[in-house]
Amino acid sequence: MKRELTCIGCPLGCALTVETDDGGEIHVTGYTCARGKDYAIKEVTCPTRIVTSTVPVEGGVISRVSVKTEHDIPKDKIFDVMNEIRRTSVSAPVRIGDTVIADCAGTGTAVIATKNVESL
Amino acid sequence: MLYHDIVIIGGGPAGLAAAAAAKEAGISDILILERDEMLGGILNQCIHNGFGLHTFKEELTGPEYAQRYIDRVLEEKISYRLHSMVIDISRDRQVTYINREEGLVRLQAGAVILAMGCRERPRGALNIPGYRPAGIYSAGTAQRLMNIEGYMVGKEVVVLGSGDIGLIMARRMTLEGAVVKVVAELMPYSGGLKRNIVQCLDDYGIPLKLSHTVVDIHGKERVTGVTIAQVGADRKPVPGTEEYYSCDTLLLSCGLIPENELSRQAGLEMDRVTSGPVVGDDLETSVEGVFACGNVLHVHDLVDYVSEEAARAGRQAARFVREPRKKEEKQDALLKGENGVRYTIPQHLNVECMDEQTVVRFRVDNIYRNKSIVVYFDGKEAVRRKKRILAPGEMEQIILKKSAFSSCPDVKEIRICLED
Repeated sequence: MKRELTCIGCPLGCALTVETDDGGEIHVTGYTCARGKDYAIKEVTCPTRIVTSTVPVEGGVISRVSVKTEHDIPKDKIFDVMNEIRRTSVSAPVRIGDTVIADCAGTGTAVIATKNVESL
Repeated sequence: MLYHDIVIIGGGPAGLAAAAAAKEAGISDILILERDEMLGGILNQCIHNGFGLHTFKEELTGPEYAQRYIDRVLEEKISYRLHSMVIDISRDRQVTYINREEGLVRLQAGAVILAMGCRERPRGALNIPGYRPAGIYSAGTAQRLMNIEGYMVGKEVVVLGSGDIGLIMARRMTLEGAVVKVVAELMPYSGGLKRNIVQCLDDYGIPLKLSHTVVDIHGKERVTGVTIAQVGADRKPVPGTEEYYSCDTLLLSCGLIPENELSRQAGLEMDRVTSGPVVGDDLETSVEGVFACGNVLHVHDLVDYVSEEAARAGRQAARFVREPRKKEEKQDALLKGENGVRYTIPQHLNVECMDEQTVVRFRVDNIYRNKSIVVYFDGKEAVRRKKRILAPGEMEQIILKKSAFSSCPDVKEIRICLED
């Protein structure tokens, strides 16, 4: 299997080609530094992302609080995580780091608040 | 008249960092004036992560990054006023602001720090033909509506301009269930960070069309679609390349402009390239005791650099308050960007009074590979640094050490340019 990627390590943005042979061995070409190679391998084996969004706050001085997944989650779970975030709301007060969802969409990762919201 | 040692205009990342640094430098009588309802400025709506890698060595979201500085301001008991709009600064540092409780207030400042940030280039400045239907937003306005107020601004979206806010919003709207059809960019390269192109567009299969622009907006009450065409080297649309995209929303991410109405009113000398004030290595503007930092001075790529620059302005303002000095007799050396270097901050430097080193920041006018940044002191090469890549979307910097001037303390011109 062959995949084309753009490295995000620096503004150079190397065009990377990643080939996985039948034995499961990964070959990367096109990188300029070690970061590019590591990035390419991570992207084809287990790509992950931090997901950020907002949820409504009841009784707060502002109406929404920003949230994020505490750790990066598998890329193919992004929309499952978003669906669960969209069904969630919290009550003021909220502090940065408060758990909003304990285990989001079966990823084993919590969704936590990234903003303080005082009560009205 | 009311007096404060340091008055800071703007409570965003620049104003907060300047306040914290001024306090650390021994000034207690500081007032921050913020026109919005909370401190933190634009970071409050930048809910995505990626802030603070340089400053805190960890990846924070915008609100988290802002809170670190807000906490410092609160711990240090630095006073601030919200909902307070500064309407005038005079050359003798009288600051006039208005709010609902106090009405109009005029106060005398020992030093003023300008930290008003920047704003987005609006549709009116882009010359896009077509009607004026609902559904056209600057990317930052859409970001505020979605992330702070909680409104979904549209379902089918086209983005014009590939600035970082536009890219971030393309992802944000996709995550909230909208379909982002295309991002069109007038230039042959993106103005956004590589990481954002990959993680906001490539991840979701959103096409980026370089050398393309919107040539028509359709719809009378609400946007119903836009026509996009390719542009030639002259940035004019190429006839026959028009393509119609149906959409209900057009987001504009076409550049940021430092917000300098107050600076102009105060008669500050301005730089035509940055649209910000002209400053020395101490970040003092052409008016004594008035300092500038952050996006009001020049548009930054990373907030980490805003904080660092603002802290420098805070320290220098504190120094000015402690030991008000006469303008030095000695002439400053002028900095000049040439051959691909669009501007430099600072624009002049005082060799005698400078810190041990000064960071000179600048942007380039195109994508360059395998070039060197070269600094000349009165025509004599002083610094040379190889760069594998330089891009307009990324701020560049070069450090000038005081020791480098030991053999030429009377240098008049410092020229920074790109060479092979």
